[in-house]
Amino acid sequence: MSVSAQKTRFCWPMERWPMRKLWKDALRNFGGIGVIFILLTVGGWLIFMIILPQLIMLDFSFRPLLPLRKLGGPEDVYTLKNYILLFTTPLHRAIFFKTIWASVIVTGVALAICYPISFYLAKVAKGARLGWILMGLIIPYWINELLRLFAWQLILADSGILNQFLMFLGIVSDPINFRAGNGAVIMGMAYAYILFMVFPLYNAMESLDRNQIDAARDLGSSWLRIHWRIVIPYAKPGIAVGCIMTFMLAAGSIAAPQLLGSPSSFWFTQIIYTNFETANWNQGAAYAMILAALCLVFIMIMLKVFRVSLKELAK
Amino acid sequence: MNSKTVLQFVTGGYIVLFFIYLFLPLVFMGIVAFNTSSIPQVTPWEGFTFKWFGELFADKQMWEGLFNSLIVAFFVVIISVPIGLGATLFLTRLQIKGRDGFYALLVSPILTPGIILGISTFLFWDKAFHLSGGLWTAIMGQSTFISGYCMLMIMARAQRFDRTQEDAAFDLGATHRQVFWKITLPFLKPALLSAAALAFMQSFENYNTTLFAIGFKQTLPIYIGTKLRQFISPAMNALALIFILLTITGAAVYEIIRRREGRRS
Repeated sequence: MSVSAQKTRFCWPMERWPMRKLWKDALRNFGGIGVIFILLTVGGWLIFMIILPQLIMLDFSFRPLLPLRKLGGPEDVYTLKNYILLFTTPLHRAIFFKTIWASVIVTGVALAICYPISFYLAKVAKGARLGWILMGLIIPYWINELLRLFAWQLILADSGILNQFLMFLGIVSDPINFRAGNGAVIMGMAYAYILFMVFPLYNAMESLDRNQIDAARDLGSSWLRIHWRIVIPYAKPGIAVGCIMTFMLAAGSIAAPQLLGSPSSFWFTQIIYTNFETANWNQGAAYAMILAALCLVFIMIMLKVFRVSLKELAK
Repeated sequence: MNSKTVLQFVTGGYIVLFFIYLFLPLVFMGIVAFNTSSIPQVTPWEGFTFKWFGELFADKQMWEGLFNSLIVAFFVVIISVPIGLGATLFLTRLQIKGRDGFYALLVSPILTPGIILGISTFLFWDKAFHLSGGLWTAIMGQSTFISGYCMLMIMARAQRFDRTQEDAAFDLGATHRQVFWKITLPFLKPALLSAAALAFMQSFENYNTTLFAIGFKQTLPIYIGTKLRQFISPAMNALALIFILLTITGAAVYEIIRRREGRRS
């Protein structure tokens, strides 16, 4: 082994240098201008939009908030203070856990509601009807998230449609304050982000061969068993993508708590926003990193549970 | 009734209920735009009016927000589509070591909450170039993840490309430029156009990322968000109705074009 390793090391400045081969390959494929185009676009995106901003934010998150004249001074050292605050402030901790369970609920509800719709679209509906239903899903998908939440603001308001309706029926005599707790925000998020579950599921189920379902049915499988053993395993990547997107949108939603939340019940994104309004960049950056870590953990769990790789997700 | 009819009945009912859930709130929201009452509500109905549209059109901030939104969306398209194309060529044409790693890194902005992209973009341009938040940072923040969507759309088509066409052209003495403009680009054109449309719409309605990246400027969604957090006027319903009608028109046009393309190929 050591002999071959030495051999390789001896050779690599010449022909085995992988970058050189890649460079030649690229030049042969795209020509000079093409290579420059790819370097500019991919390099610019990767370095100036993806990597450096995240590193700067990470750097901010580990520094204390200091007045301008103290920057670079003896107090400007790396610290975990901004992260520790989450664990030492009971209110922030409670809000963080609320964000997790509320996002899990939104994701679960969206999956339960969308699974039958997606299956119907992918394997039952045909022709013009399929076109109409797809159109009916695409239109609300493209209406601004804020306006979809605004619609629920109108429904759940004190003088809103739901209260008027309940009072008309005589079920309640005084309007109910639907927006008091967390329910309105969760309902709004489920409504606003539900379509991010439909399309990944539909895309995944669409290519499933109908013969597999028919064969299972002919052999006497119940529909529950067909879904459990055939459709769900086949649609795994789609289910994972749908869950990841919905969870990420719910956990990172600032519009839903801003429009539907009550002033007495804050959400994690609102804490981050308040930090930025009061120019406490460092604290805000630390909490933003925690939110990013939460989403990353959720993605890992999904990939593990559904046993799919990141590459399969993009199909 | 046999079990199959029951199943069909249940499925049909479920679909109808789902669409009622999806559209009824939007219908209510649209109706309110015509109620004279200055509190946005359906009942009591105080009379039919167009005055909320007048109030909306008289709002200078709305026009400013719309103008800014159009500028931002224009530049996002200009930036994101070429990046998506470059990334597609990079990932599909070259034998790169660690291709999966690059791929994961490039799709990561799509899987990151928008507010984090907004915050990191704002901090980066402020710290590295002393550029405080404005339209430019909004463009950069949005392009970070919209480029990812463009890449996925263009890549989906590029994977169906028959490379022998290009090889044949090279063998016949074509230059790189000729091959790109005459073969590669025409094949990718439908995907590039869809990616441009998607990028425009994504940018035009973005709230999360923009809110944190843009500083004191306003795009249309930021304007809407600010209004909805303060005193709500039915003028917002008028705006919502316009948005819905534009969306329906846009979706219809897009569908028609897509079907025509689909029939051709």
